[in-house]
Amino acid sequence: MKTVRIPPTLRSETGGKREVHAAGTTVRELLDDLMSRFPGLRSQLVDEDEIAPFVNVYVEGEDVRTLEGLETEVHDGSTVILLPAMAGGS
Amino acid sequence: MASYRDLLQQVKAEIDEVDVPRAREILEGPEPPLLVDVRELDEWTEGRIPGAIHVPRGFLESRIEQAAPDHAQPIILYCAGGARSAFAAKSLGELGYENVSSLAGGYTDWKRSGLPTELPRSLDGEKRQRYSRHLLIPEVGEEGQLKLLESRILLIGAGGLGSPASLYLAAAGVGRLGIVDDDRVDASNLQRQIAHSTETLGEWKADSAKRTIEALNPDVEVVTYRERLTSENVDRILADGWDVIVDGADNFPTRYLVNDASVWHDIPVVHGSIYRFEGQVTVFKPHEGPCYRCLFPQPPPPELAPSCAEGGVLGVLPGIVGSLQASEALKLALGIGESLSGRLLLFDALATEFNEVTLRRDPDCPVCGEHPTITEYIDYVEFCSGRPTHA
Repeated sequence: MKTVRIPPTLRSETGGKREVHAAGTTVRELLDDLMSRFPGLRSQLVDEDEIAPFVNVYVEGEDVRTLEGLETEVHDGSTVILLPAMAGGS
Repeated sequence: MASYRDLLQQVKAEIDEVDVPRAREILEGPEPPLLVDVRELDEWTEGRIPGAIHVPRGFLESRIEQAAPDHAQPIILYCAGGARSAFAAKSLGELGYENVSSLAGGYTDWKRSGLPTELPRSLDGEKRQRYSRHLLIPEVGEEGQLKLLESRILLIGAGGLGSPASLYLAAAGVGRLGIVDDDRVDASNLQRQIAHSTETLGEWKADSAKRTIEALNPDVEVVTYRERLTSENVDRILADGWDVIVDGADNFPTRYLVNDASVWHDIPVVHGSIYRFEGQVTVFKPHEGPCYRCLFPQPPPPELAPSCAEGGVLGVLPGIVGSLQASEALKLALGIGESLSGRLLLFDALATEFNEVTLRRDPDCPVCGEHPTITEYIDYVEFCSGRPTHA
């Protein structure tokens, strides 16, 4: 099991949970597992089988786009951070 | 008993001396030594050798380690005529400094040889007192404080992030602060926007913040822009000359405008954003590090944009994130430390946890990449009204 951090803007889709566990060995498998359990996340995270351009996914602090994208391996104990753009400042 | 003359001769025999032509050569060389003026304050304020730092003879032993922590660092000491600096060189030798010399003939000989001198800029007594806690930090000191007093920082927004950021920048003595905000103070702002108060309800935020800043520190000149940043005014506002931008905007259109403008005007941006219990801070340094579009090439579609105002925010959160922004902005203005460029700091107040992710420049970035596809400002439609909340 791997830990996925859910950003505050997406927590309404995960019942308010800030961290959830997900199964899989690649980012793709983890996201598929997540989206099957929290279907509301799908439109927020992927766009035509790619990570949506307004979201970043980090594995151990590195943007998976600079690694292997959706095929990036995620090891046990790794934390995955989902990071959509956030504009609030007031 | 030895006379002063005897003692001086004896000391000079024990230390290394360097004459003016040789000192100049070394100072202009590839690895110039630390040049320390050991005279008294009144002598220093009348003129110095360019590049020198001031450590009066009386404080030399107690302060030199702050200025030169490495005992192997080459040091040239000078005074008016070469006597005090000779004694000073002996003391540094006893402290374990290995490469110290005294300028023979001192400042007098330097000046007489027609070599350049400069009048050190200095703080008056009042400023010296106000900024005394900065002056005590070696990385800031009088030079740094003078730099801050000459620096110009533009704040986008005088709201949650802009309030603490502007107050700390003002308290620190940043000489000119620009404030861009087209909003008025509302009662719902006062839970967190500490630049405003019950007394300024209904006023323009830019004016309200200006009053608070001027009461805090009259050294700061505040330039207000009571307008919303748009493609029409962004070039005019940036043309007023800013060293750093502190972005505390509350919407995507402004974030993207600030980013594109900062890349084209080559001004670093200290970026902060907040939502409920969580905040993000980073520094975008044009052409050196990633920009906002390297991170998010385009804003989310309106229907997916997270709501801003409606989301709510813990009152103190912008205080923490805005203060981090002020800290990054001061470091950039001073040219010290490691900035957050290339790193996004995530703060979670609920867990009291900081996390960091790596940001990299995207060679395909539409604005700062190798082949930019965006070359003029885009006015995105305001879409911060929030998506429908699920039941």
